[in-house]
Amino acid sequence: MKPAFELDRQAAFDVQRVREDFPILSRTVRGGRPLVYLDNAATTQKPRQVLDALAGYYTGYNANVHRGVHQLSEEATAAYEAGRLAVSRFLNTRDPREIVFTRNATEAVNLVADSFGRLKVRAGDEILVSAMEHHSNIVPWQMLCERTGARLRVLPITDRGELVLDELAGLLTDRTRLLAVTHLSNALGTVNPVHEIVEVAHAHGVAVLVDGAQAAYHMPVDVQAIGCDFYVITGHKLYGPTGIGALYGRLDWLEAMPPYQGGGDMIASVTFEKTTYNAVPAKFEAGTPHIAGVVGLRAAVEYLTALGMERIAAHEHELLAYGTEVLQAVPGLRLIGTARQKASILSFVLDGVHPHDIGTIVDQEGVAIRTGHHCAQPVMQRFGIPATARASLALYNTREELDALARALARVREVFS
Amino acid sequence: MSELSELYQEVILDHNKRPRNFHVPDGANRHVEGFNPLCGDHFTIYLRVEGDLIRDAGFQGAGCAISKASASLMTDSIKGRTLAEADRLFAQFHGMVTAPGDEVPDLDALGKLAVFAGVREFPMRVKCASLAWHALHAAIQQTGESVTTE
Repeated sequence: MKPAFELDRQAAFDVQRVREDFPILSRTVRGGRPLVYLDNAATTQKPRQVLDALAGYYTGYNANVHRGVHQLSEEATAAYEAGRLAVSRFLNTRDPREIVFTRNATEAVNLVADSFGRLKVRAGDEILVSAMEHHSNIVPWQMLCERTGARLRVLPITDRGELVLDELAGLLTDRTRLLAVTHLSNALGTVNPVHEIVEVAHAHGVAVLVDGAQAAYHMPVDVQAIGCDFYVITGHKLYGPTGIGALYGRLDWLEAMPPYQGGGDMIASVTFEKTTYNAVPAKFEAGTPHIAGVVGLRAAVEYLTALGMERIAAHEHELLAYGTEVLQAVPGLRLIGTARQKASILSFVLDGVHPHDIGTIVDQEGVAIRTGHHCAQPVMQRFGIPATARASLALYNTREELDALARALARVREVFS
Repeated sequence: MSELSELYQEVILDHNKRPRNFHVPDGANRHVEGFNPLCGDHFTIYLRVEGDLIRDAGFQGAGCAISKASASLMTDSIKGRTLAEADRLFAQFHGMVTAPGDEVPDLDALGKLAVFAGVREFPMRVKCASLAWHALHAAIQQTGESVTTE
C-alpha cells in the first residue's frame, strides 16, 4: 500500500517547513504571545495530514466495519484494516494480526494484565516492574496481584535515573511470570536498553511487556529487534487522535490468551449455550472500534515514516543537547534524570521555587510545560521531591523555543528574587 | 498591574519565604491534613481550641508559594477568633477565590487575606490557595477525615 503522502527522505530536516503542517503552532496565547509548546510528553499536536484524514473519513465513508455489505462499509473496513497494516509496519511486527487496537496505551497494559494474567499468573507468582514506571504500568499489575495473590517486585534505579541492571537477573525468579518496563521514562527521559533486558528475561523464561507510549514518537521502534512479547503505544502522543492506542502482542501469546472484553465483533458464533470466540485480533476488539481514530493513527504513522523516524530522532537529540546546556546555565536549576541514554525529556527543579509556581509563571510568557509528579509518584519519592517541572520535546520544536523557556525561567527568578 | 504580579504579590512572596506559625502550637488539640495529589502540596493544620475559641494555630508541610502563603496568612488571621467566625472566614475566602471574573468580591471583610483575590484569574491555582482553608473547615467541623483538593 502506498503512503498517503511522501516527503524527500534525503533532504535535511527542515523544522520550519514541518511546523507549517501543524496549524495550532501558529496560534498565540496569553495576550498575543507565540505558543511555545513544550508539553509533548503529555500529548503532541496534530499535523494537517491527520486532521484531513479524520475529516475525510467522516465526510467520505463513515460506516461501521466488518459486517456491512454496502460500499461505505467496505471502504470503512478497508481503511480500518489498512490502519492495522500501517501500525504493523511502523512497529515492524511479523504479522498485522499482532496489532490489537485499544483506547490508549493504558488500556493495552490492562488488556495484557487481565488476559495474560488469567492465562499465566497464579498465587505466589511474581510480576516485576521497574522503579521508573508511569502509574499505568504499575497499577494494572498491582490489581492483577491483588486479584491472584501474586507479588509485585521492583527493579530499582540509580541517582542518574538508570535501571540497576546488575540486579535484574537476581529479581527474575522461577516464580516471575512477566516483566513490565518502559522504553522511555516520561518523568526522567531515560531510554532503557530494552533489547538487553528482554534477552536476560527470556533466558529466565519470563515474558516482557515494553511500554512504548513515550518512545514510539521519538525513535524508530522494531519489536522484532527488541524481541519483546508485548509493546504498547498510544495514538495521541504519536501526533494522532486521542482515544486510539495499540497493543503489539506476539501471535502465539494472543492466540493462547483469553478474550479481554465480551461483545460484538469478538465472537464467531453465539448461542445461549455456548459462544465461540473470533480469531486474533478480532477476539480482543469487542464492540464498534474507534474507526476514525484508526484512520487518523494511520495518517500519523505514515506522516512520521515519510519524515523518517531516524531524522526525527536526530533532530530531537540535537535539541535535547541544546536544551540541557541552556537549562544547566540557569542558576539554581537541577536536572532530574541524567541518564547516559536520554530522549526528549527535560525534568528539573529550581532552588526555592515550587514547580507549580514555575509552571504558572512560564505560562504567562507563552511557554507550556508540565509540572507535577507526571503520574510517576514512585520516581518522585525515589528522588525525594514532591514534583518537577518538565519540558518535553517533539519534532516541531526549535532552539529558539528553548531560548524562550530559558527567558521565562529568568522571569521566575525575578519574581522569586 | 499584570495578572502575574497580582498573583505573586509581595505579601504572598514574603509569607512563602518566611511562613508564620510554621510549627505545631503547644497544646494543639485538633489537626487535619490537607493534600493536593495533583501537585503534591501537603500541609497539616493544627489548632488549639478552648471552648469555641481558637487560641492558637500553626501548620507544617510543603507546597507551592500560593498554598504555603495561604496557610501562613490563614493561621495568622484565625488566632483569637471563634470557630464560627473562622468558618465564616473560610466561606468568604472561598467565595473570593472562586468568584466569576465579572463579579467584584467583597474584600473588606477579608482584610489582609484580600491579597489572594488575584488567584481567581488562575483557575488552576484556586486549589492551591484554598487547600489550607479546606483543612481548617474540616478541623472546625471535626469530620475526622483528611481533605484533598483535586
